Amino acid sequence: MQYILLIYASEAMQAKRSEAENNAIFDGYMTYTEEIRKSGHLVAGEPLEDTRSATTIRVKDGKTLRTDGPFAETREQLGGFYIVEAKDLDEAVALAARIPDAKDGCIEIRPVMKIPGM
Amino acid sequence: MRATIAELHRAEHGAILAYLIRVLGGDFALAEDVLQEAFAAAFEQWPVSGLPPAPGAWLRRTARNKAIDRLRRRARFERPIGGLEPEPTTHQLEQDAFDQDETGDDQLRLIFTCCNPALSLEAQVALTLHTLCGLTTDEIARAFLIDPVAMAQRLVRAKNKIKVARIPYRVPDRAELPERLHAVLAVVYLVFSEGYAATRGDALVRQDLTKQAIHIGSLIERLLPEASEPKALLALMLLHEARRLARTDEHGDLVLLEDQDRSLWDRELIALGIARVKDALRMGGATSYGIQAAIAALHAEAPSSAQTDWKQIDLLYHELLKLDEAPIVHLNHAAAVAMLKGPEAGLALLTRLTPELGQYHLFHAARADLLRRASRRSEALAAYEAALKLVQNEPERRYLQRRVAELQGRAD
Repeated sequence: MQYILLIYASEAMQAKRSEAENNAIFDGYMTYTEEIRKSGHLVAGEPLEDTRSATTIRVKDGKTLRTDGPFAETREQLGGFYIVEAKDLDEAVALAARIPDAKDGCIEIRPVMKIPGM
Repeated sequence: MRATIAELHRAEHGAILAYLIRVLGGDFALAEDVLQEAFAAAFEQWPVSGLPPAPGAWLRRTARNKAIDRLRRRARFERPIGGLEPEPTTHQLEQDAFDQDETGDDQLRLIFTCCNPALSLEAQVALTLHTLCGLTTDEIARAFLIDPVAMAQRLVRAKNKIKVARIPYRVPDRAELPERLHAVLAVVYLVFSEGYAATRGDALVRQDLTKQAIHIGSLIERLLPEASEPKALLALMLLHEARRLARTDEHGDLVLLEDQDRSLWDRELIALGIARVKDALRMGGATSYGIQAAIAALHAEAPSSAQTDWKQIDLLYHELLKLDEAPIVHLNHAAAVAMLKGPEAGLALLTRLTPELGQYHLFHAARADLLRRASRRSEALAAYEAALKLVQNEPERRYLQRRVAELQGRAD
């Protein structure tokens, strides 16, 4: 069964961290990704550019409306994701708990919907 | 016959359902359907054929056969389409699994699944009462004074989440067990507390809920005999339950601990509770439930409020506060200190809690009580009024009103 792990963290807090601290977190992600690749849990995963680069669009009457910024203004912002293979929610929780940003931010776990024939 | 079947439903529901959920690959809704069919069959056949020699085993066997039928039918009609991988658990008919008797383990699996912290606390409580204790949606809705439709939705949503997010049907492994067990016991204690001091409504005590909580607590104690925390919680619940009859008078009004007729306390429950306090403290050192149970045991052993070992109770509260700094623990501690050192000493402790407990009626009630003892009449009246503004339970309201009337009637 596949789960997506959505990583939410505060961009404001990231900006306040020292370079050494941010490097340590980056290294944490490298190690974590390598570990779950080796253990066979990793399906996909990417970090995202921060929300200042986000554009939200909506199609109304055939016209594409663009707005600057993320869909929702929140205290913590979506900063990346993993898709993992796990046998059940408890295993997905254990995987999510090891993500470096789980300490200061939070991880939303959602089952990936399986569509017949796809 | 109807009564016998209803009784069996209470007694066997949790165990048979726990078994069915396992063999049906964690499908709660299907397991409930099958169990309901088995009970329907009993209603149909027993009045004609008479009660079978082992009714519990009959129900289990009938449910088992119906479950096998369901799985066969499913396998026939729901063949995997295209590239969709079949869900191995619900589609595979493993005859072996059906004949394994794992009653105890199944019930533990059920408890830990219902109390998985990925479900909301309300859902955990409702699901536990519904599946393990066999309470109907209406019964649970009534117990928690919630609209039955909302309760039904809560249960459906919880079962759906278990299925869609695949919350596992298993007992957590050793590393996780203490934390998860703690979460389970919190649910049990919440059920008990709601029964013991109903937050709303006309009755102070909802015996149905305290009984169910003790039932689940005993089950966990039996299934995890090496864990001290379940023993401590069961002890605490038994010692509280022992005082039930004395806690209200013939009008259903609240009677405070110091005024209770101690001959009404249930000595049998007290003995069961005290034995468990001793076991729990010996086994696992100090847990929050263990210390609370030890405090309850000291009360239970005291012939009167005046002859209570308040010094020891004060010490126990100090220990408890090291583990649990909740304002409510401070509140109870203040009440004990007032008994040991006088009302002013208790009041000094209480004043510090105002920011945290200002919206809690029992805080004002406790303050009012100490002010009354300290002969600070007008302040006591104000505190009783503050409590009355916040109270939601009728017997407690009547108690507070009686105190106000007493104070107002006193000429000084």
